[in-house]
Amino acid sequence: MSSAVEVLEKIKRDASPIIAGEVKEPQVLVGIATCALAGGAQDTLDAVESAMDGNGSAGLGKVGCVGCCNLEPLMEVRKPGEPTRMYVNVDPERAAEIVRRDVMGNSPIEDWQMEAVEGIGALAPEGAPAPGEDHDIVDRFTRDWRRLDFFRRQTRICLRNVGRIDPESIDDYLAVGGYSALAKCLSELSRQEVIDIVKESGLRGRGGAGFPTGLKWQFTHDAPGDPKFVVCNADEGDPGAFMDRSTLEGDPHSVVEALAICAYAVGAKRGFIYVRAEYPLAVERLRIAIEQATERGILGDDVLGTGHEFRLEIRLGAGAFVCGEETALLASIEGKRGMPRPRPPFPAASGLWGQPTNINNVETLANVPAIILLGAEWYSSIGTEKSKGTKVFALAGNVVNTGLIEVPMGVTLREVVYDIGGGIPGGKEFKAAQTGGPSGGCLPTKYLDTPIDYESLKAAGAIMGSGGLIVMDDHTCMVDIAKFFLTFTQDESCGKCTPCREGTKRMLEVLERITEGKGEALDLERLKRLGAAAQRASLCGLGQSAPNPVLSTMDQFPEEYEAHIHDDRCPTGVCSALVSYVIVEETCIGCGLCKRVCPVHCIAGEARQPHEIDDAICVRCGACYEKCPVDAIAIK
Amino acid sequence: MTTRFKKEVLDTPAWWQDLDRFIEEEKAKNPGHVQSALIPVLHYVQDRYGYIPEKAANHVAQSLGVPTVYVWGVASFYSYFSLTPKGVYTIRVCTGTACYVQGSQAVLDEFARRLEIKPGESTEDGLFTLEEARCLGACGQAPVVMVNERFHAKVQPEQVSDIVADYTAEAHATLSAEE
Ligand SMILES: Cc1cc2nc3c(=O)[nH]c(=O)nc-3n(C[C@H](O)[C@H](O)[C@H](O)COP(=O)(O)O)c2cc1C
Ligand code: FES
Repeated sequence: MSSAVEVLEKIKRDASPIIAGEVKEPQVLVGIATCALAGGAQDTLDAVESAMDGNGSAGLGKVGCVGCCNLEPLMEVRKPGEPTRMYVNVDPERAAEIVRRDVMGNSPIEDWQMEAVEGIGALAPEGAPAPGEDHDIVDRFTRDWRRLDFFRRQTRICLRNVGRIDPESIDDYLAVGGYSALAKCLSELSRQEVIDIVKESGLRGRGGAGFPTGLKWQFTHDAPGDPKFVVCNADEGDPGAFMDRSTLEGDPHSVVEALAICAYAVGAKRGFIYVRAEYPLAVERLRIAIEQATERGILGDDVLGTGHEFRLEIRLGAGAFVCGEETALLASIEGKRGMPRPRPPFPAASGLWGQPTNINNVETLANVPAIILLGAEWYSSIGTEKSKGTKVFALAGNVVNTGLIEVPMGVTLREVVYDIGGGIPGGKEFKAAQTGGPSGGCLPTKYLDTPIDYESLKAAGAIMGSGGLIVMDDHTCMVDIAKFFLTFTQDESCGKCTPCREGTKRMLEVLERITEGKGEALDLERLKRLGAAAQRASLCGLGQSAPNPVLSTMDQFPEEYEAHIHDDRCPTGVCSALVSYVIVEETCIGCGLCKRVCPVHCIAGEARQPHEIDDAICVRCGACYEKCPVDAIAIK
Repeated sequence: MTTRFKKEVLDTPAWWQDLDRFIEEEKAKNPGHVQSALIPVLHYVQDRYGYIPEKAANHVAQSLGVPTVYVWGVASFYSYFSLTPKGVYTIRVCTGTACYVQGSQAVLDEFARRLEIKPGESTEDGLFTLEEARCLGACGQAPVVMVNERFHAKVQPEQVSDIVADYTAEAHATLSAEE
């Protein structure tokens, strides 16, 4: 009988990758991911297709998102022996022009390339070493547009293939070393050895709690019971975060491979991937990946010819945030309401249908094949003493380069926001970064030089969370943000336990009062008391962490709460009950921009004359305030 | 309700046969845990019908051997499942954190004002349903609005009236083509 490695070699010999590997003919790669589609990438793809129609031998491929969501649609042109070129904001007209001039012709258009974008950073010299990069498996940042600061400061392990391969082609994945880690485990490593490698790597759960992954695998491995299950948590509930979506859309096979490795290690024959229903493209690509892997004999009843059995099923969430919590998620797979239950017993001992179940987050899993191939020592050399490896962040909000990045643990917030993120747009100031979403907290300016790792963030009153990183500028009201998160958790509380159900509701009432100018001096004390009770007494992480955004903003920005309560004033002018907009006569240049953006037409004035706002009609949307080029609109 | 615009009605014998086939497939995946087919089956109904009608809920309950109240209990727990019909166009304004920070509340308010409905409601003519979405995964393009399957990126309040007008025109065009 041949070993799994030999079986895989044979599969690879018959593979024909679409875009991975050497460039032998001109290629056009269009990024097709949710962010790209939102930016209009489908029209771009159609335009490229029709422009290339019947025009020679150039190939056209689809890739996941390289991370610059705000520059979508993105289009990469590759030609043999030439540096590759990344074009940004490619609408259908641009696409046709690029095909004509660059792909078919020989004159690349520099102005439309990524290097020309402001804020994306400087280009390092050709061949300059990038930090942390030492292996082909991991994305290299030494060539072409990848030398830009935005990329070069990253270390992509989880995202190693995203944007580099066609996610709908298993042959592409095989060409970049895909499924070699699984083959290695099956033919060279015992189950315990696999678990030991994961333990020694120091990998911790990326779903939020940061529990050591190897240890979790060990618990499931040791738990008595058969059958056992493995589950991938792709529910990604934090609103404003899209790490898992991007990984699944750009490199679904890496998660499938990791689940197969995990199943081998813990002794499971069945697995489930629980994906948010809001992610149709991720679901579709996962479905294709599972189908392809089954066809090639990588999944099924004889995994890589070893006699091991492993099958995967996709389950869709249905719009309940609490289902990201592991016990609620398992209840949902069982066909019940997604309500959490007290732990212990932990799923490792008693999970799906009461059987031992290992549950891990998408990002946690996507790291595993790289760790198996490159070793625990390599992985643990990246990061800080207690936080090993890298973390993917979804950089969003008031920052120039919104998108997806992966950085070694221990980089500072400043590096992320300014060096990679390109700073704050519109000449505004950094106010705070929010991590951990509805369970997390805020990091104001004084924490800009804090290293990003589990311990430092916790000490600063925030958490690592799953990777949502929302940057907020000085036009953001922190009381309003606290209210925003609490509205979310209150709405998503499943209602099973009282401290969460009632606690979030009462806290929200207080916050609503404060933002309406009806706050009392005692309200701050009330928030603290209610928050502490919910933190201590709630059944699951949702209620235990729901007060965090409130308590953290109260802690960091006490003066803002006081202004709302004592002065009936919202310093940033966000809380509409507390503001009215007026045009400062002396400053107004009468350009009429405010008049044009006003949705209710409550602004009047002749051209080049000072304008006026009718406060009785004004809906306080703030559109004029944002638009005014000379800051002539004041908040009262 | 003076519904002028209606979605295609799928309530045919073939439709029920397809549903039964799907239920059998799902049941076969986890024999011994038939109930675990419930949520996939509800997705199937919602995807094809736009909501979970009572008839379908009864039928699903019978096929899976659970009480109808159980099916309602599960369906009503998950916000993705709708128990009432929706408009021809479902407008989903993202109020996830990234979109909120970029001003999506003003966009939502403007849709509500234009359509004269609150989030969660449908217009009287059956044309629009307005919903809030909690992150559509396109945070880099915030604020994001999705109308059925179509994305609108970086939407500002002043664009709302055009978006509403475009879809209204599209619906009228379809309607007159049918008549
Ligand atoms: C309210 C709540 C929501 C959660 N949402 C998610 C989620 O969306 N994705 C995720 O991977 N983990 C989520 N978790 C954490 C999971 O319960 C669990 O810890 C995680 O899936 C374990 O995987 P890991 O060890 O790989 O991180 C959530 C927890 C709570 C309490
Ligand atoms: S927050 Fe709106 S798409 Fe993510």
